[in-house]
Amino acid sequence: MSLHTLSVLVEDTPGVLARASALFSRRGFNINSLTVGPTEYEGLSRMTIVVNCDRHPLEQVTKQLNKLVNVIKIVEMDSDASVRRELLLVKVKADAGSRTHVLETAELFRANVVDVSPDVVVIEAVGKPEKLEALIRNLEPFGIKELVKSGLVALGRGPRSITDRSLRAVERSA
Amino acid sequence: MTEQMTGAQSLIRSLEHVGVDVVFGIPGGAILPAYDPLYDSEKVRHILMRHEQGAGHAAEGYAYATGRPGVCMATSGPGATNLVTPLADAHMDSVPMVAITGQVAAPAIGTDAFQEADICGITMPVTKHNFLVREADDIARTIAEAFHIASTGRPGPVLVDIAKSALQADTRFEWPQRLDLPGYRPVTKPHGKQVREAARMIAEAKRPVLYVGGGVLKAGASQELRVLAELTGLPVVTTLMALGAFPASHPQNVGMPGMHGTVAAVGALQRADLIVALGARFDDRVTGRLDSFAPDAKIVHADIDPAEISKNRHADVPIVGDCREVIADMVVAVRNDQAAGRQGDYEAWWDQLNRLRAAYPLGYEQPGDGSLAPQHVIQRIGEIVGPDAAYAAGVGQHQMWAAQFINYERPGSFMNSGGAGTMGFAVPAALGAKVGDPGRAVWAIDGDGCFQMTNQELATCAVENIPIKVAVINNGNLGMVRQWQTLFYEGRYSNTNLQTSPSPGTEKVRIPDFTRLAEAYGCVGLRCERAEDVDATIEKAMAVDDAPVVIDFTVNHDSMVWPMVAAGVSNDSIQYARDMAPHWDDEE
Repeated sequence: MSLHTLSVLVEDTPGVLARASALFSRRGFNINSLTVGPTEYEGLSRMTIVVNCDRHPLEQVTKQLNKLVNVIKIVEMDSDASVRRELLLVKVKADAGSRTHVLETAELFRANVVDVSPDVVVIEAVGKPEKLEALIRNLEPFGIKELVKSGLVALGRGPRSITDRSLRAVERSA
Repeated sequence: MTEQMTGAQSLIRSLEHVGVDVVFGIPGGAILPAYDPLYDSEKVRHILMRHEQGAGHAAEGYAYATGRPGVCMATSGPGATNLVTPLADAHMDSVPMVAITGQVAAPAIGTDAFQEADICGITMPVTKHNFLVREADDIARTIAEAFHIASTGRPGPVLVDIAKSALQADTRFEWPQRLDLPGYRPVTKPHGKQVREAARMIAEAKRPVLYVGGGVLKAGASQELRVLAELTGLPVVTTLMALGAFPASHPQNVGMPGMHGTVAAVGALQRADLIVALGARFDDRVTGRLDSFAPDAKIVHADIDPAEISKNRHADVPIVGDCREVIADMVVAVRNDQAAGRQGDYEAWWDQLNRLRAAYPLGYEQPGDGSLAPQHVIQRIGEIVGPDAAYAAGVGQHQMWAAQFINYERPGSFMNSGGAGTMGFAVPAALGAKVGDPGRAVWAIDGDGCFQMTNQELATCAVENIPIKVAVINNGNLGMVRQWQTLFYEGRYSNTNLQTSPSPGTEKVRIPDFTRLAEAYGCVGLRCERAEDVDATIEKAMAVDDAPVVIDFTVNHDSMVWPMVAAGVSNDSIQYARDMAPHWDDEE
């Protein structure tokens, strides 16, 4: 089993998120993370889905996903050929004794402090999942009170875009 | 061209526009606005069913008989949820169907309003697609899209859920000039290179088989299949969903494969070195234990649904395309190969298969107690009624015997619930088929268990003048379950005796008495309990043309379906009869 990142271009219609996520659970797949948001084209949304599975079942679920009428295109984001980022917000204990160390750790990871109160700080960090994991490991000794992640988003490197190619296909079919 | 009207009028106009001539349904609160303009429609006949499940299966039967999407209609909440079973059934068997349901008014959606159910959410996994329509302006476009999706590519059921407020609102009717479905582009034209590769493998194979599935019927490719089969000389096996795609009487037809298939068909697949799968999906009821299925075979797999290819069994040559185009292209490729002197030699293979056919034909034992053999009844129905009729089966022993002992010679002559295994399919499906093709005799071959699940539609048949015949193969039990209890549960018959026919040790009662039930529903009821009366009873039923006929064939309780591959075991372990394994002559 290994992690795979799928970029899924969908029509922005009600229920499309439910259709996609239900398909994964129905076919026995666990989703590691799923994000969805608008694209540069009105009416199109893009999901980034991270799943943990083998190659053959991944092909199966991709084919099943492709059958959904509201799904326009699916591209697997190769980790070498794509930029992958995640946002982390983490609330860390930081009293007078530990605050300097917490802030130093944040700085080492180029993370920002976005909220301060007497005993805690909230740190915001962006990066690859591995970097965020490392930051969390380094913050753990201070005491993590709460954390939240955005889930992974990914974009292919280079000049090509998955939207314009698929939109040309859409125009041809129309 | 636009015209001012209500959403409900727009719905009916849209149905007329796509050529719908029959809707099977039941009205109720949320769908009520649609029933008002439907009352006036001269093009759309509405058939009032007695249960929404019946409406759904009738729409399926209509689709089997006509090749066009069947249409059913129900109200919100329980009306819609009663459609779930036929939708799931149509989804599993790729039957084109459009279900229209009323939904509570748009502002009330999500408030747990009276008769509210999230039918789009509920049916998401069992439909090809579904729509929730909140605005009257969206009705025409949605109906156009629904029929397009249901009937193209791999066919399937589409549900359109329409808010009552949308039906009541005013709109301008405008039929869409083009459909905007950027994510829906089924591939129908196969890849030439793959087809030529398939032809090359056919020429080189020693033991090839054409494994034909329901996709061939859906694609209307029976003619093309026959040409391909005769050109190549390959043995053909037709699955439960493909019966009639290739004539049963054709010398190259070695029968149905699978759990209750012929020894020759199962053996052909197991020993093949090449399987050419056409519109089939390597279902577990065909493959048996997957890791021992056809161990020496290379696989060519053609299907219009890319997700079927390599799903269960790896395809060496995957071909995505409509079966009719795939087979037509294969014929061209094979002809080219043959013109260049490349032709397979399958004589030894045919010798082997012919020995299996001769040694293990389909057959059955006469019951020792003088009671009626169910197989004899079904065989005689097929012989007397003939191949021009259409037959609908329920699910269970009678379904398997109907698949084994009636010869299907033409497409559309057999319909059943294959994938879902929905008991109760036969009566409403036969009703729908008769409505779709009124000139044809339609027989439901049903079991006493199945019949009691949907026989309320006899009322629909009687009232709407839909004269189907229903042959109830009445063994007084849930026969297939009982067979498994006999074989795998030491004969402990837990909850399988339905008491529809007297059995040793129980009172001599029939609850219900099917002949009296038939008469109560305005049908002709007949009973047959002896072999010597079978032919005359069938002929008597055929002579009735102004009313539905129900025949209670009271048959032996212990008859079993053979051959059989038990669930989860290898096809190599097929039993020709109880405790009797066939002798594969290649193992001598």
